Amino acid sequence: MPEPPLLVMRGIVKEFPGVRALDGVDLEVRPGEVHCLLGQNGAGKSTLVKVLTGAHQPDSGDIVWRGDQTPQLTSPTAALRLGVATIYQELDLVAGLSVATNIFLGHERSAFGFSRRGEMNHAARELLGRLGHPEISPGAEVGRLSAAARQIVSMARALSYDARLIVMDEPSAALAHDEVTNLFRVIRQLTAAGVAVIYISHRLEEIREVGDRVTVLKDGRTVAAGLPARTTPTAMLVAHMTGRAYEYVFPPRPQANEGAPEILRVEGLTLPGVFRDLTFSVRAGEIVGLAGLVGAGRSEILETVYGARRPSAGRVVLEGRELRGGSVVAAVRAGMGLAPEERKSQGLLLLDTVAGNVSVASLRRYSRLGWLDRRRELADARRQTRALDIRPDDPRRPIRTLSGGNQQKALLARWLLKGCRLLLLDEPTRGVDVGARAELYALIRRLADSGVGIVLVSSEIPEVLGLADRVLVIREGRVLRESDARELDEHQVLDLVMEGSNR
Amino acid sequence: MNGSDGVRAEEHPGGTPPVPPADEHTRVETAAQRTGPSGLRLRIAELRNLGLLGVLALLILAGSLTRPAEFLAYDNVVVILTLASVSGVITVGMTFVIIGGGIDLSVGAIVALATVWATTKATQMYGTGGVVFCALAVGVGCGLVNGLIIAYGRIVAFIVTIAMLASARGLAINISSGHTQTLNADNQTLVNLGYKDAFVFGKIPPLVIMFALVVGIGWVVLNRTTFGRRTFAIGGNPEAARLAGLNVRLHTLLLYVLSGLCCGVASLMLIVLTGSGTSANGNLYELDAIAAVIIGGTLLTGGRGTLVGSVLGVLVFTTISDIFTLNNLTTATQQVAKGVIIVIAVLVQRLVAERRAGGDPG
Repeated sequence: MPEPPLLVMRGIVKEFPGVRALDGVDLEVRPGEVHCLLGQNGAGKSTLVKVLTGAHQPDSGDIVWRGDQTPQLTSPTAALRLGVATIYQELDLVAGLSVATNIFLGHERSAFGFSRRGEMNHAARELLGRLGHPEISPGAEVGRLSAAARQIVSMARALSYDARLIVMDEPSAALAHDEVTNLFRVIRQLTAAGVAVIYISHRLEEIREVGDRVTVLKDGRTVAAGLPARTTPTAMLVAHMTGRAYEYVFPPRPQANEGAPEILRVEGLTLPGVFRDLTFSVRAGEIVGLAGLVGAGRSEILETVYGARRPSAGRVVLEGRELRGGSVVAAVRAGMGLAPEERKSQGLLLLDTVAGNVSVASLRRYSRLGWLDRRRELADARRQTRALDIRPDDPRRPIRTLSGGNQQKALLARWLLKGCRLLLLDEPTRGVDVGARAELYALIRRLADSGVGIVLVSSEIPEVLGLADRVLVIREGRVLRESDARELDEHQVLDLVMEGSNR
Repeated sequence: MNGSDGVRAEEHPGGTPPVPPADEHTRVETAAQRTGPSGLRLRIAELRNLGLLGVLALLILAGSLTRPAEFLAYDNVVVILTLASVSGVITVGMTFVIIGGGIDLSVGAIVALATVWATTKATQMYGTGGVVFCALAVGVGCGLVNGLIIAYGRIVAFIVTIAMLASARGLAINISSGHTQTLNADNQTLVNLGYKDAFVFGKIPPLVIMFALVVGIGWVVLNRTTFGRRTFAIGGNPEAARLAGLNVRLHTLLLYVLSGLCCGVASLMLIVLTGSGTSANGNLYELDAIAAVIIGGTLLTGGRGTLVGSVLGVLVFTTISDIFTLNNLTTATQQVAKGVIIVIAVLVQRLVAERRAGGDPG
């Protein structure tokens, strides 16, 4: 008779305004197993983890934790006290404090208000020893440790709460090869002691090596549960991950124009530690898509081409003129525009109006000896917002009151107004609801048809394949394949970016 | 600024924007401009300054009730406005710096150094023109050093300007050996500006006119020029401004130069008022200026603020000082009152801001 499951989640639903992030997820985790969660970006993995660890409350569905039908997963702290711990990609440790202090942060051992440092150091040493890392000193400052050592400290912290389940979200992303081996050893020690691990990773080979069972999510639903991690064929896993519940509406592609002039040429561009010797080009009217996993270096490529990062080698040539590396001012003046990945923190002037956001890159045009022609500025901004059908139709509204899709349109309007030759779009549909996406796709295609060159980065492979003319598949800073978008399908791209690791 | 770039704006490669303009809409906009939520926003912004105007009115009431004979007397009003002029000019520069996302703690020390340097025997040999030039040059020079280190050395403004605070005042003490340097007989032109004979229409002190001029120019630059618009953009979100192609570093540099220039003007005003320069000048001016900017409704984190609010802030503080002095209360008591007013003002602003955010249709 199999032992009772540690955790059962059934029919979990979580809705956010405009999007149903979880639409009936089932998950069952047994004690002492490594349970892998697989799914594309946006499939709902992160939301599920947040429900499990108490950061989000589900709208409906049942959670059974160690036989308890109504576990109080009301906050991350409450979840931690019940024995559910999470190790985040961005480790939530305090860099300036010692290892021991971090491990016992929030549940310090104390007597009459005085912390018992000796006892905590002792306990910390024991936990680190259990994790096979006695060399980490409890007194060391966390900020000075390596990423791998910090991960161990996070795990020690989880164990200090007597965690029965540890959720690891892309734990290998920040680690070097031998550190990953070490991580797997630690995971095996944990599971041998009866602790269960939920392991989230895009790397299939890791799942095969350390995982016991796999649950696949797609569009907020469980599409396959409890598959054996080692023996399930890759093709089957990929098949579960792909194919959509809803169809994207992509605008038709025009006939490829081989004779169109080259707008951008990138030669041997290198950003140490991220990508090297990158060469590609974009023609007028062409949409070039960069496909790859998060962390593959896609955003960094865009930012380096744009001059926001300084390359160590290589050149960027826009319409025959070589750009000064590491200068956004030069890139914008030459006719480039970027709609950055983090719309709110990198793109928008949130305190400003829609018009202010649209005109900010073109202020010189409205300047006469520094004097700003505000009437002309507003009229031109209004013309752009009307042309892109930005709603509500009032460019003098604060930009923060607009929806994500309309904010993104405002960023596009900024570069339309500037009249740029090459547009770099980093995750243009992130946080944009499905209806508004089709509109954005049509808009992007319309831009390309008007002769602008476009480089598109998206975590959603169907989006890259559906919208781009040509696709570069990128993994760990290298171009694995370059081909016409029509010659690739989602399976091939997923295979390329997930398999064939050099690890 | 950016004069060399101005020409290139017209030859942007795309020619006209690629998306066809929607001509049928353009006619409607004159009507739309006058109505809509933007009009409402303007009213709320005025309301915020109205609050400060109300405080000022209450203060004037308090002053006239406690000291009916002296407070509203012409001489006293001149005193208030003159004092407000000196710290007001500094506050104008500070408003730009803070809206642009920075802070300048060195203004008081720069004023001290500028008054001292401009009144040395060596400078005075060049006559009144030399004194004026020297005061402005010291202000601009210190601002330039601040700006270069902050913008291009990438050290936070707080540290850089605190270092300038220490070293500028130290240098001022060094140059003057701690003595007060008076203007000699050949350089009394400046001092004469402080006498009633020089008052415009026999009523208005030239310093007050100077202050009004600085505020007027400052308001135009902040609200009607690309420089002002960029200041808001850079203060509101420096990363977004950079990625939109603005030269954030150069602009930041210019903001500190502007603040330094204002300090130079303020130090000239002090020289006019006292006929001398001393390293003790400008003590704690930075706190007065920052406090005035903050109670004027400017966000300390940058990106939002008004010059009118800052000026009202200065007037509130100078009026309080005056009332306290007239009522023979010590400066120590004044300091306490200032502190209380700063906290109350910021609290009220936050309540107003929260109500605004709550009432927003989005």
